[in-house]
Amino acid sequence: MRRAVFGLITLAALAGATAWMLSGPQPLDSAAIAGLSGGDAESGRAVYLAAGCASCHMAPGTDADPLLLSGGRQFESDFGTFLAPNISPDPDHGIGGWTQEQFLNAVMRGISPDGKHYYPAFPYTSYIRAEPQDIADLYAYMMTLPADATPSQPHDLGFPFNIRRSVGLWKWLYLREDWIVTGDLTEAETRGRYLSEALAHCAECHTPRGALGALDHDRWLMGAPNPSGRGRIPAIAGDSFTWSAFDISAYLASGLTPDFDVVGGSMAPVVNNLRQLDRAELDAIAAYILRAGQ
Amino acid sequence: MTAKRLFSAFLLGATLSSPAFADQDPAVEQRQGQFKLYVHNFGLMGAMAQGRIDYDAEAAQTAATNLYHVTRHDQSRLWPEGTDSFSIDGTRANPAIWENLDDFVEKFTAMQTAVEALQAVAGGGLPEMQAAFGPVGQSCQACHEAYRDEAS
Ligand code: HEC
Ligand code: HEC
Ligand code: HEC
Repeated sequence: MRRAVFGLITLAALAGATAWMLSGPQPLDSAAIAGLSGGDAESGRAVYLAAGCASCHMAPGTDADPLLLSGGRQFESDFGTFLAPNISPDPDHGIGGWTQEQFLNAVMRGISPDGKHYYPAFPYTSYIRAEPQDIADLYAYMMTLPADATPSQPHDLGFPFNIRRSVGLWKWLYLREDWIVTGDLTEAETRGRYLSEALAHCAECHTPRGALGALDHDRWLMGAPNPSGRGRIPAIAGDSFTWSAFDISAYLASGLTPDFDVVGGSMAPVVNNLRQLDRAELDAIAAYILRAGQ
Repeated sequence: MTAKRLFSAFLLGATLSSPAFADQDPAVEQRQGQFKLYVHNFGLMGAMAQGRIDYDAEAAQTAATNLYHVTRHDQSRLWPEGTDSFSIDGTRANPAIWENLDDFVEKFTAMQTAVEALQAVAGGGLPEMQAAFGPVGQSCQACHEAYRDEAS
């Protein structure tokens, strides 16, 4: 009996220790990113538009300036409400004091400068697939944007989701670097996959989630409930989605559907960003979307 | 003056229609119908602007003039209070419309201004029409982003 109790305690302690180890932060390999160039702000602008940082980090309201990343937008989820922080180059309230390496670890690994986990409401779950040099360019670009001194607001989360360490276990279970759509891809499909799966994170909205908020890879881009509670995010794969490559590319460039309805809701900022890219980039996304739906 | 007249009696509908029957309020279908008429004209020009069909100056001008007129249709009885997507089914009108009525009217007026500019040039050549068509789409989008729910 005493033995059994002792065994149980040991097991619990072991499980606890394992969980603690597994939930620790796993930053980028410093050596691998040490060789990156200082970053090219002009290329960084294209990354910024494709990755849609402004959609979440600009001020609330639909007329907000997409270059002023003062934060404050709210995101509903099953776990509570997240508030996007200030990521303008303000040294006190933004990320003005961050090094390139700290920035890369935040965006590509979801780890803060003091080694804490970020919640996956920040889609590093997609950005983990980005080229480190692209994120270094993004860093250079973002440091040229205007600073703003609005303080970041705390999230409104219930227990146990308010414990950041628990995100480490979530990452251990779900954070993946590999591509979702694999196989023989054309050059355009490959470029489109990079833009869509690594930067523009289409799936974060268009794919349904499981119990712990992880994307359901078996129903990739098949449509999802709207986190705001109203309506649905439409499917962009599967039998019900019959758009041509031209239709998709034209929609991303203009906001117009093939029936000439006009985009709205959370897709509108996506279009506002993507329409500023070269049309060839949008054609590549379209090629990927059709490929993903096969 | 147009905007004022179009919307001065904006909330009159609220007193004319009983909230108990909001589900059957015909205003919802009627305002959705007006948007279908927008698309009937806007879409023809869109198809030309995107090169899906050939540009036809006369058809483009007729569509632009139609759009000019339908976007000037008086709105005062189309948006009665209580016909938002929280209160009733069958509408994508976000309740924020009634919380920010001034901004909603401003976005409607911005669309009218963009359509007026399109109407002035739609028959004058494809590049001219394309240049004026873009801002109209943007004005529709600005309102849909803020005030139209995702479809269910
Ligand atoms: C879908 C919304 C969303 C998008 C898109 C997004 N973020 Fe965030 N971001 C968040 C949220 C929410 C947090 C807070 C996470 C937390 O506190 O755990 C955050 C946190 C951050 C932080 C940490 C700030 C701090 O004070 O610690 C940085 C840096 C950041 N984001 C940069 C970016 C960049 C760069 C991009 C574009 C490549 C981007 N974000 C795109 C939602 C988003
Ligand atoms: C922030 C969430 C979000 C992201 C990110 C996002 N979408 Fe969307 N998407 C939506 C919503 C919401 C709609 C519905 C828009 C509406 O109501 O007008 C939509 C609509 C669409 C449609 C029209 C579908 C239809 O049947 O009407 C296409 C195509 C589309 N998105 C493609 C994409 C692609 C490609 C990407 C990535 C490059 C992407 N989306 C990223 C939220 C998102
Ligand atoms: C001032 C705001 C506003 C402007 C400007 C606006 N819309 Fe809309 N639109 C709405 C709202 C709100 C709805 C949802 C109405 C409802 O479901 O009750 C809607 C619905 C629609 C619909 C769906 C109608 C249906 O079948 O249910 C279409 C199509 C549409 N709009 C097209 C357009 C086009 C094209 C333009 C520009 C020429 C435009 N809208 C400009 C607010 C606006």
